[in-house]
Amino acid sequence: MARAATTADTFNAVAEPRRREILDALTQGERPVNELVTLLGLAQPHVSRHLRVLREVGAVVVRDEGRQRLYRLNPQALKPIHDWVASYQHLWEERFDLLEDVLEDLKEEH
Amino acid sequence: MAQASSSTMDVTFPSDTEILITRTLNAPPHLVYRAWTTPELVRKWWPGRRGEMTVAAMDFRVGGAWRYVMVAHGEFQVAFHGTYREIVPNERIVHTEVMEMPGTAPDSEEGAVLNTVTFDRADGGATTVRIRTDAGSKEVRDTIAQSGMEGGVREQFEIIEELAASLA
Repeated sequence: MARAATTADTFNAVAEPRRREILDALTQGERPVNELVTLLGLAQPHVSRHLRVLREVGAVVVRDEGRQRLYRLNPQALKPIHDWVASYQHLWEERFDLLEDVLEDLKEEH
Repeated sequence: MAQASSSTMDVTFPSDTEILITRTLNAPPHLVYRAWTTPELVRKWWPGRRGEMTVAAMDFRVGGAWRYVMVAHGEFQVAFHGTYREIVPNERIVHTEVMEMPGTAPDSEEGAVLNTVTFDRADGGATTVRIRTDAGSKEVRDTIAQSGMEGGVREQFEIIEELAASLA
């Protein structure tokens, strides 16, 4: 697993498709591992491994309730990704707004 | 009403290696094309509101090179360069784009993405601009991955959109 070293930040943790499925499932609310196993159709050790990566970057939080381990989403950990997208989007929005100004000037020239 | 619709920008992810930005501008294609391809006009919009452009060099012909340099508020410099692959006046520009890192050669195409910009006539004398960025090869995609963005951006952003609501 050459990729193991790349899981240390949220961007890379979320880049793995199965982990995104887990996050998707958790947007509906808290779930125990066995529910995630059923939903994803993966073997429990695989699901647990993905959950561990997500937990290490803080994307999910776990708590014990009786014998069950319940996982829930921690959206705050995904904020850096959200912020990156937002800044990229804002830059292009700014560009287009300024471009509209330039175009108004060009239209007046004619 | 035209004003409201023209200010809407869409960002979508057509495939694991592509980003597509779409925006309709309130001017005809030949003017949008001119603003896009004239260095002194590019300077006015390309840096957004984040700094000043110090270089807008454009050898605007197929095979010709371009280079943009911007000094952001906060004093750091960002530079991009590439070459023009295809030019259809008033309709379409295809060019490579390299974000320069320390040590990047000015003519390097390593890590280049391919941008296709199209200008389509829209209702009411407007123009729909589409910028499609393709990371293309696995090699390039992996380069981007090392900066924190891996393939699968489309799904990634779908989740983030859902999550954005809960961050507010």
